[in-house]
Amino acid sequence: MKMPTSTAAVSGKKRRPMRLQTRQTLLAYLFMAPALILLVVFVFAPILGSLPLMFFDYSVLGTTKFVGLKNFVTAFHDRNFQAAIVNTILFVVVVPVIQILSIMLAVLVNRKLRGITVFRTLYYIPVVTSMVAISIMWGFLFDPSGLINSLLKKWGLISSSLGFLTDSRTAMLCIMFITVWQGLGYYMMMYLAGLQSIPQEIVEAAYVDGATPAKAFWHIKLPMLKPYIWFCSLNSVISAVGVFDAVFVLTQGGPDTATMVIAYYSYYKAFNSFEFGYAATIGFVQALITGVISIVVFLYGRKGEEGGLA
Amino acid sequence: MIQAKKRRKAINTVLTYVMLVLIAIVCAGPFIWLLAASFRSGQNIYDISLIPQNPTLENYIGVWEFLSVPRYLLNTIIITVASIAMDVILSALCAYPLACMRFKGKNFILGVLLASMIIPAAAGMIINYLTISAMHLLNTLAGVVLVGSVKVFSIILLRQGYMGVPKDLIEAARIDGAGELRIWWQIMLPGIMPTVSTVIIFDFISRWNEFLWPIIVLQDPAKYPLAAALQYLNGSFNYKFGYIAAGAIISVIPVIVVFILCQKNYIEAVSGAVKG
Repeated sequence: MKMPTSTAAVSGKKRRPMRLQTRQTLLAYLFMAPALILLVVFVFAPILGSLPLMFFDYSVLGTTKFVGLKNFVTAFHDRNFQAAIVNTILFVVVVPVIQILSIMLAVLVNRKLRGITVFRTLYYIPVVTSMVAISIMWGFLFDPSGLINSLLKKWGLISSSLGFLTDSRTAMLCIMFITVWQGLGYYMMMYLAGLQSIPQEIVEAAYVDGATPAKAFWHIKLPMLKPYIWFCSLNSVISAVGVFDAVFVLTQGGPDTATMVIAYYSYYKAFNSFEFGYAATIGFVQALITGVISIVVFLYGRKGEEGGLA
Repeated sequence: MIQAKKRRKAINTVLTYVMLVLIAIVCAGPFIWLLAASFRSGQNIYDISLIPQNPTLENYIGVWEFLSVPRYLLNTIIITVASIAMDVILSALCAYPLACMRFKGKNFILGVLLASMIIPAAAGMIINYLTISAMHLLNTLAGVVLVGSVKVFSIILLRQGYMGVPKDLIEAARIDGAGELRIWWQIMLPGIMPTVSTVIIFDFISRWNEFLWPIIVLQDPAKYPLAAALQYLNGSFNYKFGYIAAGAIISVIPVIVVFILCQKNYIEAVSGAVKG
């Protein structure tokens, strides 16, 4: 079936090149159609569709009505929402922490030592493991009768158990710690790829000129890692503003509003109280924060690059 | 002088190994502790010692029999396999013209695909829920699979794979009069098998670990995949720490095994993302 038609197309190539072009375009879209339809329905349309949702009081059971900016006004006075904004912005502190630690880790594993790949693999395992299992595991470890409290007591550092996840002063720090712990391996691998892409001759030339390893790192390797730092920081910001899993499994925003973050609050409003319009509004604010911080990272990264050139 | 230098180097190496081991303890230690906990009997679950005194399989037997792990495993396998099959076939079809054909709108489509990669999937969750609901697929595994069944990341990866296949192969086949579908199936697809396996590994890990969307779509916990069930059980059986530990170990092991077996492929694809 297929063969004769395409032979005809090939033989008609010289006479009617336009027809061939049209045919190719048609064929290309036939190939792409199933995937593109699914992407439009389940990826593109949902993102755009959330925008009008913000101006409605969408109800699954009752009637949906246009409410204008009411959802924004509600958000403005919502104590949980305010806490979520503050906590989410504070949470972004994990970004520089993860980036600095993972660059150091990448430098450490960027050596030709026996068994180094085993260590790299070990450090990467938390990245591929399910966040549910990881959160549950750390929940055990942070428990008042868990391993961390037992060890601290055994070493005489504390006399009574600490409620790491139940104390509003430490709960967020625990979520941050789990995030850093889980993400380190990923960024380490990125920076390792970056370090290995640096031409060996440049580094060696610096050593010949008498540079110490520290100087070679600071003045040669780090500037050449810039594109990687930029890419990783951006990724890290996006996932930090969207922090969800550990909060969902371990604290559900509590104690009180100590770990209430914007992604969790949006989920909560959508699927616990089914206030879709309000949840979309919160989600939009999340996208807005992501966008603003990303632009700051981007501009800062570009400024840094220009400075490096000068 | 030379000896002093040698000695310094040796000390340096030893210190590096000490650091490496310490960090390894921080990264892998919690897993080992969890593994040990899963073999402990009820009372001393929070014991500090790494090696359980009277190791027991009772947690595994309990979680397997009473908490119906086999059913959750089956659900997970159905969701994972169906998603991988859809993603591989549809993304491989979609990526082919994007790599090997010239047509109107190609750059536009590529641009939209790349731009959509920075938007987190969670952004569309509400509308996806409404869509799945309108399709009467709530509380079905199909509803879980359908959303996220085609991944933009897979399309981009596979496109790069196609571009590595020699162009003369396609040209020769076209001159021989082979249809595009046949060229794709008989020449291109076999040519990008390494990339296909990378996509499979990525899909396997992300689907196996997925829990939020299944929790949203499935109202009946009996239909949950393992990760979602674990979260559910953790909330409702809080007193059975041993069971949860055993369940967590069961859910984590397949992913860790697959990762260790395929890590080279996987890591190359992950770190290649910066250059792409």
